[in-house]
Amino acid sequence: MTGFAKPGALHLAVALLLLAANFLLPEYHHGAMARVLTLAVFALGYNVMFGYTGLLSLGHALFFAAGLYGMGLPMQHLGLDAEPAFFLGIASGALVAAAVGALALRTAGVAFMIVTLMFAQAGYLTILYFLEYTRGDEGFVIAREARFFFGLDLAAPDVRYLSAWLLFTVAMFAVLALVRSPAGRVLVAIRENEERARMLGYDVARYKLGAIVISGALCGAAGAAYGLLFGYVGATFASVQYSILPLLWVLLGGAGTVLGPLLGVTFMFYLIDLSSGITDAYMLIAGAALVILTLFAPAGLLGELRRRALPWLP
Amino acid sequence: MTAPSAAPEPLLSTQGVTRWFGGLCAVDHVDFTLPAGEIRALIGPNGAGKSTFVGLLAGRILPSEGRVRFAGEDVTRLPAHARMARGMAYTFQITSIFANLSLFDNVALAVQRRLAPGQSLGSEVEAALARVGLDDRLDQPAGDLSYGHQRLLEIAMGLAQRPRLLILDEPTQGLSDGEIEGFKALVREVARDATVLLIEHNMDVVMSLADRITVLDMGAVLAEGTPAEIHADPAVQRAYLGG
Amino acid sequence: MDIGPYLLLASLEGAVLAAVLSLTALGLSLVFGVMRVVNVAHGEFFMLGAVASWFVATFVDETLGAPAWLGFAAALACAPLAVGALAWAADRLVLERVGYDPERTIVATIGLLYIIQQATLMGFGPDARPVQPPFNHRLALPWVEWGEEGLALYWPWGLSTTSYKLFVIGAAVALLIGVWLVLSRTRLGLVMRATQFDRETAQAFGIPVDRVFAMTFAIGAGLAAVAAVLIVPIQQAHYLMGGDPLLLSFIVVIIGGLGSLRGTVLAALLIGMSDGIISVFFSPTLAKILATLLVAMVLVFRPQGLFGARPA
Repeated sequence: MTGFAKPGALHLAVALLLLAANFLLPEYHHGAMARVLTLAVFALGYNVMFGYTGLLSLGHALFFAAGLYGMGLPMQHLGLDAEPAFFLGIASGALVAAAVGALALRTAGVAFMIVTLMFAQAGYLTILYFLEYTRGDEGFVIAREARFFFGLDLAAPDVRYLSAWLLFTVAMFAVLALVRSPAGRVLVAIRENEERARMLGYDVARYKLGAIVISGALCGAAGAAYGLLFGYVGATFASVQYSILPLLWVLLGGAGTVLGPLLGVTFMFYLIDLSSGITDAYMLIAGAALVILTLFAPAGLLGELRRRALPWLP
Repeated sequence: MTAPSAAPEPLLSTQGVTRWFGGLCAVDHVDFTLPAGEIRALIGPNGAGKSTFVGLLAGRILPSEGRVRFAGEDVTRLPAHARMARGMAYTFQITSIFANLSLFDNVALAVQRRLAPGQSLGSEVEAALARVGLDDRLDQPAGDLSYGHQRLLEIAMGLAQRPRLLILDEPTQGLSDGEIEGFKALVREVARDATVLLIEHNMDVVMSLADRITVLDMGAVLAEGTPAEIHADPAVQRAYLGG
Repeated sequence: MDIGPYLLLASLEGAVLAAVLSLTALGLSLVFGVMRVVNVAHGEFFMLGAVASWFVATFVDETLGAPAWLGFAAALACAPLAVGALAWAADRLVLERVGYDPERTIVATIGLLYIIQQATLMGFGPDARPVQPPFNHRLALPWVEWGEEGLALYWPWGLSTTSYKLFVIGAAVALLIGVWLVLSRTRLGLVMRATQFDRETAQAFGIPVDRVFAMTFAIGAGLAAVAAVLIVPIQQAHYLMGGDPLLLSFIVVIIGGLGSLRGTVLAALLIGMSDGIISVFFSPTLAKILATLLVAMVLVFRPQGLFGARPA
């Protein structure tokens, strides 16, 4: 882990490329990439826990939804402005993550997967239960007039893309800084050999909790941003599907790499987009992708690249 | 204040430390003291309770009764990571390193927690690896090393923590004779800065390295003394050395 | 209806649920216990059992013109075998290849879930389709009340069950006893239990662990399928019907404790009966919320379940 220069330059280049895309992409892809960039932040958050700390959660939809509803409900029912609502969404994600972590981190492995799945299910059902406030599966739309962030109209395509880009770039560099820091090294150590990390003097429980809270904050930010940028809040985002998707994205792109999540989201998004034109059962493609990935390329696209050619890739 | 006592408090001590597993008493009211600067060997036949006792010292197991004191503090209820953070270091009986990480990263994890401002991580890591002769392959994945070298890496990690007490759990197991000689020299050098507690079966290593030896049998201390005293002790011979 | 008869009705409905659930959960428990992997696609095997029985019954009925009970009997025989064969193939092709690694298995079975579910959508369609029960007589049930001469029976309107539902309960009990006999009295059962207890020693004794695993996976899927065949005349076959049984089976297995047949059955009874009774008093959503949270808490605080025995 010597030097920040090469990885820093690479990530900066990616950020600039994505920025340039704002001016180059045709309209459809412009909107699609805005979605991709926002969801990529969700994937980044998931990767902090799964790729770097080695904790496989099946309940991350809960954190995304916490951000989405943490932003959406106050705006809809209390008339809160977009700016504080966004930060409330991030805080909701972090808080829910802390609560889940306090309980779920007492388990490990398969039990952890099931516990996180159960908490996420309970969250989804709770959203359905409070139908009158959340409108359940049908969801609610956030009025365009409310979606102004520091004076900027988030519904305008340029503003929307650039906001998504800004969020992604900040998140990407934040994660890069984390994984290159001593704390990031400890997270990887926990993934690699938890007992050894403990016997080197690290409070493993505290680090894991930190990882889940950071993950929750990132996923909450993604959820809040998604609601603000695309104007819709619905229970689907809290369902099991949105817990499976980040796992799929991260596995595909490369768990434990910073850019892997973005690659995974982009790939999967366009794969589903293209196959939706052909068949209704596009999740069949997703399912097949999962099976093939875990059979033949468990390290994902960037992970395999790092293994075979570019060992310095963070 | 009472009159000043002649001897400073030992670095590590236990008072009546006991551990039950169901109906089995694995460690039976052991009183143990280890003064700073000593190389102590802990020996005993299989099943004597050495692993359990060391687990109690390191904090991997909590005692059913008794107290453990380290560096002037009662650490009985402290979890393992907290004891490590207070100046203990531990190498596993079966070498436990980060096989997928580079040698640099392995040692960096040991160094970074005690790195003072102004110190460079890189130079501290290189220095630690140089002490065991592994500083020529910093970026190599640790899993690629031979078993003997992995053991050395683990010792380097222990040293890199600048511990006050280094606990080595059967360190020479799996090493060749040449590697054992190198290991003995390393321990003598280490003992200049740290106290060493050595759990060993290899009697040659024990006799040549240890300042004092503690013999455990059936969960209790059978004998304690210099290598010569232990060698001559008839009870030890009966229990362990086979006459 | 008064509360007494109402509860009796809820209990009977609950017993039917519990019967089917115990079979499904047993399938999951066997896989969990012997192979130590979580099969997230277990609910889809259940669904396939229902869908397969619809195909068989429709074939027998329309093509062969045979009576309903023959179609049902054929389905009962064929569907579990077909689903079991599919599961066997999935184990050999996928699970064996990832070495039964817990995380990779979960990911792979999630993939299988989507593949099976969506393939069914494509082949079977999005509608729910009924299957005729082999027989279906309405049986009115009595209840007691204080009359002028003391206790007397009367038949409250609406308090009834069907002969088929009683058959389901009976069939499930018979199957459970059958599985118990296989596990405890046959060589296959012994081999399965040995592999569950200590995989490495079993291997050392020459037990072909890979084949035992494939067999176990197939049996687990087959049990789910048979449960679905039993319930489909009551419930209708639908491509999304695997979700609830999966969740409920998980709950049963975790609460009942791994590797405990008795625990699984008792937990299924508990969950099945309470699901029915709780739904009388609370909304189904709330009941589900409580159930999922209960599972999470049991895993966090008492991982061996209520009846399992895991050393601390």
